[in-house]
Amino acid sequence: MIKKFKGFLLSIFSVFKNKKHIKLGIYGPPNAGKTRLANRICQDWLGEEMGKVSAIPHETREIQQKEKVTIQSNGKKLSFNLIDTPGIATKIDYEDFIKRGLEKKEAQSRAKEATKGVIEAIKWLDNMDAVLVVLDSTRNPYDQVNITIIGNLAARNIPVLIVGNKTDLKKANVKKIEAAFPQYRVLGISAEYGDNIEDFYKELFRLVK
Amino acid sequence: MPLTIQYVPYEEMTGLDSEKRIQKLLKVVRQNRVVLMEGTLSPEEEAGLIEETMQLIDNKFKGVEISSFSPFDKNTKLLQEKIRQLFLQLVLGRKRGLTIIGPASIVKEIKRDPRSIQLFLSNRRQ
Repeated sequence: MIKKFKGFLLSIFSVFKNKKHIKLGIYGPPNAGKTRLANRICQDWLGEEMGKVSAIPHETREIQQKEKVTIQSNGKKLSFNLIDTPGIATKIDYEDFIKRGLEKKEAQSRAKEATKGVIEAIKWLDNMDAVLVVLDSTRNPYDQVNITIIGNLAARNIPVLIVGNKTDLKKANVKKIEAAFPQYRVLGISAEYGDNIEDFYKELFRLVK
Repeated sequence: MPLTIQYVPYEEMTGLDSEKRIQKLLKVVRQNRVVLMEGTLSPEEEAGLIEETMQLIDNKFKGVEISSFSPFDKNTKLLQEKIRQLFLQLVLGRKRGLTIIGPASIVKEIKRDPRSIQLFLSNRRQ
């Protein structure tokens, strides 16, 4: 009986271990730096960028995927499919885009696409094997969107690493993120300047083990 | 123009499935009222509420601001506290806590920290 149980457990672990295409998702609210981080990973290991970044929120409005990204750390290799998702929000106002300089039609179309992107991002939660939740470390971490994303990942038993991005900015406060989510590993980085990026890659091995 | 806050007691939500709960809450919000709900939604219901909200967004309805406040501090590291919370959750379900949902055209921002919630309202015209 014990042998059978052991065999059953081993078979489960070996399925995960041998899984060829681990899906590593990048989630978070708009403008936290998800695509910036995806670009950093892709630049470092593939020599190419993944998507366009912008100061205007909801630049990423469709799921973007980069297959077979292989990273190395301490002589070990890790391969995964990297999935950058649109920022999750509870409101989208086209007038905000007009204030940022877009024409009315363009702003309305961007808003429409952004709503679809949010829905798509939520639907993709079920497909992920591990997730990087990217938060802007200069903002209040107790935002309901952050809590909803992390709560949904916990409900699905998906491993999570919280990345406190933008540590290069004066207002950054990674400790506040740690206090808000003490049961998760939180790592402060600057995706733009590459600060702490080596530790980030080490953490990826721990996340997708 | 006064701001209406509509209280939704937990009992009103218990007999409903997730979809109906979400529809009920959004129906109130779309009447330009702020919902003050007793208890909290599950993470899946919160995600469902966001999805449904996204489908409703148009040039008039801009979405919602939402924040929930639960005495169950799920983020605690202490085992003793975790056991206590698990017990309370088993007994009370999602009854404890509060959820605030407002239309984004009225509630500009909800700021939350572990002990308080602040509502920032938009400048409203008559």
